[in-house]
Amino acid sequence: MLSIIARRFAGLLLTLTVMSAAVFVVMEVVPGDPAAIQLGTSARPDTLAALRASMGLDQPALVRYLAWVGGMLHGDFGTSFTYGVPVAGLIAERLAVTLPLAVMAIVLSTLIAIPLGVLAAARHGKAADYGATLFAQLCLAVPNFWIGLLLIVVFAVGLGWFPAGGFPGWSAGIGASLKALLLPALALALPQSAVLARVMRAAVLDVMGEEFVATARAKGLTRRATLWRHVVPNALVPVVTILGLQFSFLIAGAVLVENVFVLPGLGRLAFQALAQRDLLVIRDVVMFLAALVVVVNFLVDMAYLVLDPRLRGRT
Amino acid sequence: MLSVSDLSIALGPPGMPSPQVVRDVSFHLAAGRTLGIVGESGAGKSVLLRALIGLLPDGMRASGTVAFEGRDLLRLSEADMCRVRGARIGMIFQEPMSALNPARRVGEQIAEGIRWHRGVPAAAARAEALRLLERVRIPDAGRRIDAFPHELSGGQRQRVGIAIALATRPALLLADEPTTALDVTVQAEILDLFDELVAELGVALVIVSHDFGVIARIADDTLVMKDGARVEAGGTADVLRAPGHPYTQRLLAAMPRRAAVPRSSGVAPAEEAPLLQLRGITRDYPVGPTPLWGRREKLRALDGVDLDVPVGSIFGIVGESGSGKSTLARIAMALERPTAGRVQFAGEDLFALPERDLRLRRRQFQMVFQDPYGSLDPRVRIGRTIAEPLDLLPDVPHGAEREKLVAQTLESVGLKAEDARRFPHQFSGGQRQRIAIARAIITRPRLVIADEAVSALDVSVQAQILDLLRELRDSHGITIAFITHNLAVLQAIADHVAVMNRGRIVEAGPARAIFDAPREAYTRRLLAAQPVITAGGRGSRSIPPSPSLPAG
Repeated sequence: MLSIIARRFAGLLLTLTVMSAAVFVVMEVVPGDPAAIQLGTSARPDTLAALRASMGLDQPALVRYLAWVGGMLHGDFGTSFTYGVPVAGLIAERLAVTLPLAVMAIVLSTLIAIPLGVLAAARHGKAADYGATLFAQLCLAVPNFWIGLLLIVVFAVGLGWFPAGGFPGWSAGIGASLKALLLPALALALPQSAVLARVMRAAVLDVMGEEFVATARAKGLTRRATLWRHVVPNALVPVVTILGLQFSFLIAGAVLVENVFVLPGLGRLAFQALAQRDLLVIRDVVMFLAALVVVVNFLVDMAYLVLDPRLRGRT
Repeated sequence: MLSVSDLSIALGPPGMPSPQVVRDVSFHLAAGRTLGIVGESGAGKSVLLRALIGLLPDGMRASGTVAFEGRDLLRLSEADMCRVRGARIGMIFQEPMSALNPARRVGEQIAEGIRWHRGVPAAAARAEALRLLERVRIPDAGRRIDAFPHELSGGQRQRVGIAIALATRPALLLADEPTTALDVTVQAEILDLFDELVAELGVALVIVSHDFGVIARIADDTLVMKDGARVEAGGTADVLRAPGHPYTQRLLAAMPRRAAVPRSSGVAPAEEAPLLQLRGITRDYPVGPTPLWGRREKLRALDGVDLDVPVGSIFGIVGESGSGKSTLARIAMALERPTAGRVQFAGEDLFALPERDLRLRRRQFQMVFQDPYGSLDPRVRIGRTIAEPLDLLPDVPHGAEREKLVAQTLESVGLKAEDARRFPHQFSGGQRQRIAIARAIITRPRLVIADEAVSALDVSVQAQILDLLRELRDSHGITIAFITHNLAVLQAIADHVAVMNRGRIVEAGPARAIFDAPREAYTRRLLAAQPVITAGGRGSRSIPPSPSLPAG
């Protein structure tokens, strides 16, 4: 089992290396010189050359690549010209919003999806099943930024239970911060939960046909006990797969939802950096988000080992 | 103790006229006795067993009475039934792999029922589970209690299944084809275990099987079912000695047994070269996880196999699971390269031929697989499936000529020419196997390899397919390599037999010599484990099970 984990981890490192090279090459190919963008079109050639030299842009590509990767390994992500601060600090600051948002969205979506999927499967072909399917269809059909707007209209503007947007900062208290994150997390979670609920329903129906379910029932377990003890744990494997695959969509959704709710998160940072052509920030944020997705999928692989002992190999 | 009367099971909602899967079945069973229910597929025997424990599939409902310990189980509420299930009645299923939860340790799965019904603490339930594992004779139970199901062998998994059913000391055990998925030597051990448990614990056992041999071996009383109805019932010895109903007689007659007639007249004289000659065939597979450094471990599936298949014979290859017999078939068909060794077909080394020449030779050797459902494409009309190998011929027949060949071939396997336009799902299992045979023989091959070709079929259908294979040998001169785990089938059909175990040929020779005077201990064990029908029925086993067998 240790060798399996070690191999997956080696795979993770390899993926990150290839990805960093890909991100670097794409940013090289994209037209635009960070120094020229920073100084504007009217810059004098010698000023430009001096800035390029100070930014290391006159070095060969390989040297710059290694410097970039080496810097990241030391936590040095370079300096943003629009904000005039180190990108590392910028990302860390924004991550303090986006990471809790993503975690909340994942937790909410599983909390909605698993009971919903189990309910639909247990009441297969009955009203509850159709209700759950209808809910899932609705959540899938509506884009998440629009769900965000709807939630703002109802719960912020109408009922006044939640702030319509903005983020008070963690220093303002955990309660207030979580409150500010709840509606955007829900907007992200609903479409996710629709996908997950459908997968969960199909997986539960699949597992219910297995003979070990009959064994559990023959032990005298009630229908419900069988469902939660034997069916659900075995049905989680495909759900975890989808959870991992959907994570990148969750991040993409976060870019939109953070803008709708005016949250100072990574998605909003990426959006602003794009608007201002802050190439260094874009490069680092893209790399960071991509790495996040890879790490999440590594965690999904580890979750498989927990859920399905057959994958652990013989010990 | 168990008294079933007029049990009927209908498919469909109550109050509507609906097809009955089981009709008016009645029987009684006393403690310490074993009842065998025997029948072919569709007899309703498994559904009947499910009804006894109140676990009918959705959409089925039972009527009549099932009196057990003074109560009618069919009238119990679901909540009351949950207190009977597992506590007073235990059930054992067919597939020892799928009957256990793959994600939980076997000890927990045994302890679960104990804790559920008796509410004992986890440690006490675990101790009880360990005791049960020892009771069903799992070797090294102290370590196996923490194993996951996939870490156990098939026989050990079935022992765990029995331990689960026994966990709460039930009065009645129900077993649905409990040995069908197991090798014969393991089957013999499991049946012995059942015998012991019934005698020692005084439980009543209902065992369902399609195999009269199993029922004859274990049951005190026998109930024969066909199409949901009881055909015949009585003491097992009586039923075997004097079957009263024609169906029982047919079922017993269809059991493969030693051919009384002299074997193939077409066996080649010794000087003729063998059609298929295998020399030193070895095949290794990498197994286990890939280590970070170095190579994966190797499993030797075949270890220096030498084999000569004479022209015009039925050559039987028998072995238990893992013996390498199917790997051997794939190598003999040149579908897979051996790690070492030579395959000579009609004097040519197949793996030395260029790819193109090998493809041209393929029309001369064809294959029939076990599963007649999986081996036919459900979306293709069978005429097209059967005609496909014709494309291997040097001048591919088209149009009317092709259709004529398909029609002729269909007729030669006992189907009708117009069947060519139908789809696989419109045929029964036996008919599908005929289709698979038709596909194999349309190119007029010299060799057909049949890999477990009758194992998925009911005995009466099995007998028909065996007849068909004999006819192919006699009238078309086709050499047949027949691979099976079932010795009884070989006894009925084979001219020559090779016994395989763990990748090696243990013993090979004329069928009569192997069956009458086996030289090797393994062959003798295999023959002894085979359930045979003797007129005396239960308890008159001629050969005691060997105590030296490794635990399944």
